[in-house]
Amino acid sequence: MSMGTISAAYIAAAILFILSLSGLSNQETSKRGNWYGIIGMALAIFATIMNENVDSYGWLILAGVIGGTIGARLAAKVEMTQMPELIAILHSFVGMAAVLVGFASYVDPVAGLHGAAETIHNVEVYLGVLIGAVTFTGSVVAFGKLNGKIGSQPLMLPMRHQLNIGMVVLWLVIGYWFLGADHGEGTLPLVLMTLIAFAFGVHMVMAIGGADMPVVISMLNSYSGWAAAATGFMLSNDLLIVVGALVGSSGAILSYIMCRAMNRNFVSVIMGGFGTASASDDDDGEQGEAVAIQADEVSQLLSDASRVVIVPGYGMAVANAQHAVSDLTKQLREKGVDVQFAIHPVAGRMPGHMNVLLAEANVPYDIVLEMDEINDELAQVDVVMVIGANDIVNPAALENPNSPIAGMPVLEVWNAKTVIVSKRSMATGYAGVENPLFFKENTRMLFGDAKDSIDAIKSAL
Amino acid sequence: MIISIPKESYKGEKRVALTPESAKHIQKLGHTLRIQAGAGKLAEFSDAEYKDAGVEVIKADAIWSDTDIIMKVRGVSQDEAAKVAPGTTLISFFWPAQNEEFLATLAKAKINVIAMDCVPRLSRSQKMDALSSMANIGGYRAIVEAANQFGRFFTGQVTAAGKVPPAKVMVIGAGVAGLAAIGAAKSMGAIVRAFDTRLEAKEQVESLGGEFLELEFEEDGSGEGGYAKTMSKEFIDAEMAMFREQCKEIDIIVTTALIPGRPAPELITTDMVESMKSGSVIVDLAAEQGGNCKLSKADKIVTHKGVKIIGYTDLPSRLATQSSQLYSTNLRHMLTDLTPEKDGVININMEDEVIRGATAVHDGAVTWPAPAPTLTAAPAKPKAPPKMPEPVAEMSNATKAKMTFGAMIVALLALLGVGSVAPADFMSHFTVFVLACFIGYQVIWSVTASLHTPLMSVTNAISGIIVVGAILQISSGSGVVQILAFIAILIASINIAGGFLVTQRMLKMFSK
Repeated sequence: MSMGTISAAYIAAAILFILSLSGLSNQETSKRGNWYGIIGMALAIFATIMNENVDSYGWLILAGVIGGTIGARLAAKVEMTQMPELIAILHSFVGMAAVLVGFASYVDPVAGLHGAAETIHNVEVYLGVLIGAVTFTGSVVAFGKLNGKIGSQPLMLPMRHQLNIGMVVLWLVIGYWFLGADHGEGTLPLVLMTLIAFAFGVHMVMAIGGADMPVVISMLNSYSGWAAAATGFMLSNDLLIVVGALVGSSGAILSYIMCRAMNRNFVSVIMGGFGTASASDDDDGEQGEAVAIQADEVSQLLSDASRVVIVPGYGMAVANAQHAVSDLTKQLREKGVDVQFAIHPVAGRMPGHMNVLLAEANVPYDIVLEMDEINDELAQVDVVMVIGANDIVNPAALENPNSPIAGMPVLEVWNAKTVIVSKRSMATGYAGVENPLFFKENTRMLFGDAKDSIDAIKSAL
Repeated sequence: MIISIPKESYKGEKRVALTPESAKHIQKLGHTLRIQAGAGKLAEFSDAEYKDAGVEVIKADAIWSDTDIIMKVRGVSQDEAAKVAPGTTLISFFWPAQNEEFLATLAKAKINVIAMDCVPRLSRSQKMDALSSMANIGGYRAIVEAANQFGRFFTGQVTAAGKVPPAKVMVIGAGVAGLAAIGAAKSMGAIVRAFDTRLEAKEQVESLGGEFLELEFEEDGSGEGGYAKTMSKEFIDAEMAMFREQCKEIDIIVTTALIPGRPAPELITTDMVESMKSGSVIVDLAAEQGGNCKLSKADKIVTHKGVKIIGYTDLPSRLATQSSQLYSTNLRHMLTDLTPEKDGVININMEDEVIRGATAVHDGAVTWPAPAPTLTAAPAKPKAPPKMPEPVAEMSNATKAKMTFGAMIVALLALLGVGSVAPADFMSHFTVFVLACFIGYQVIWSVTASLHTPLMSVTNAISGIIVVGAILQISSGSGVVQILAFIAILIASINIAGGFLVTQRMLKMFSK
């Protein structure tokens, strides 16, 4: 296949990828979007294999088949509640691949580069490997945290900011050494830099608390894109650049949306340590008394209501209660109760996590609403049921300017006639902040595991 | 403690402060209940039912002695008060504003008074808000009384015997009573219009299917505690003009306009009544406080030029069973709050906002009126937007714009700097990169929030495109490079297959 044909195929693939992302703008076109992506990818790989410089077909196919099989098995087996872990580990693969390709590209450079062109190529290699390495270890740590293998509490090393700055300075110094090195002599600085980048990735994600995971995941998503883009520059491959830029900006926008949903500054999220410093500052003692309620009373309330809104949180995912919630919704809707779901942008551990869980449990997506769509209507709702959510329904965010979550947009559930909070205990959420919602006059606490509670309500209906 | 319920002595009063149903709940609080024989008769509760519920039935006079608490609907009369022992707590309607002297007498006699009409309007105290319960019944009964006097159907019908137009009902004052009247009239099929000076009432009226009459006038009449306040003269003129206009076509008017602590505003003048069709009905729920209609007389039906004006003041008592049920439930909630330990000992906790508000006499001292509650049930006013942050926000906007501008210049200079040294080849790749970033920016913003997880998994799969780089390298002559490329292809393939397949799996679940 001639270079011209390959370029044409790459253009087509790039367009297909763009169509794929824009297909996700709504549920109807989303499946088509995914197919565009698959076709684009197939086209790109096929065109690359047809390149006349490629001849090691055996190795290539072997690697592809092994990798593809592992990927397919992962995709088929994964529980929807474990989606954030899967996404995190997939990010780490992109990061690692970028590191490997970067090294390979340095060891086996394109011939005929010298002067500025060679320097630029080396800078590209350096950046590509750096971003890839940070993405790799960062994602592995994020995976561990989501998995529970690593505690979700932020790790606070003394002088951690100085440590980070120190690593950045080292990168610059090593970078200077690397660029100054003769051809082929730069492997040592490159390896050193990679090791530092690995450490940096670990340290960065370790310092971020569980509640900020949606930001971390989308940030790593972004990094994996930039790593791909940097690889594109180093290989002078426009397709990689386009895709990397698409993915990079996608992740960046998601991070921005998540930060906005928590009213937090991106930099301060990355700096980490949320909810540990200021947790005990504003505990002004007596908050009031929380009123408990039993499942049969809840079922009575729900069946008497004409409009019910359910607010799911991470607790629903942990208890795997989405199917029970879906059944309850179905029963209530059959009784003529108007049931809707209200999703806070940072509910769960990943952007859109709750939506996926509800979709898995066959909750129709047109009754699943975003925070902005439903917040003003909550005053007309008879019963709001909060299942395993805490910080996203905390009135302190609006009422208490000293609260660590002050200013974060929250679902104003307390405006509804009655609020039922299903929760395991009175413990605080990930932000470690007391929730005055539990002590409001119209709030009732339903203690217990979310799934058991919902099942009890269902049987009482 | 022993709680006694005497028979109501006020003429025509049919309600009773205790029902057998709520007696069961009150006993769970540890109290002992006694009721005067025949007290529930007019509300259709027999002595036998009370006995079954565990209430002791007592002869007339004994009821007033040896008791800790007396619960009534209407306040005690002077004669009755003389029979009450010092230290007894009296729970009933009391209207302290109209009975200040009597209040002092009771204070001297060391009788505690908890006035159910003084329960502050907090969301917490709604369950003991007896005024709302009674107003609700009054509003419903007003429509029933009107229907009784009105010579036509409420609903419109087309029958073989001819067409019947629906009745037109106007409700003035959309408080609890007004809303109940709107709901009742609407469910009987009438066309209902309603007016209230409080703009927040519009939504409530419309929620019951009523049409809200609006004045083209910028003034909100929301006062404290969900009640209305007095309006400006211009407003009242405009309001009266509208009523005058409406009277010509309206068949039934229900007026419920009251301003706390003042005589009822006069809204329906004689000439308005005269402009109404013969056979029309006016129900004046404010008749006791002087009436919203010039011609209404308390407790009477007046007929003026064919228009009947009903001035009953005992509407809740006319629905005695229902109002006794609601009122005794209100009392039960009050007792629940008064007996926090459920040990049968009441504690008049003056720190509790609700109990403080309702207590008119405590330990020999008049404690009425209570200080204003800190919270009102209805939002008194839409809170004025906090003014402080605005100028700050503006400033930061201006600085932000400057910063953005500055950043753009820096970026442009950096770009020029790179362009001046970089080879043309790099710049063309850079062009592609920048354009792709912008496309990504535009495309991603349109992705719906509920698809953010599939978006991440699909971008994940797509970023597996890095495999292209590895494929190009695997055919290199160098063994090291081949091994690196082999591993890179392997893990990138995991990404591609895993990412696309899991996205497919997720998207399949999204269904309507």
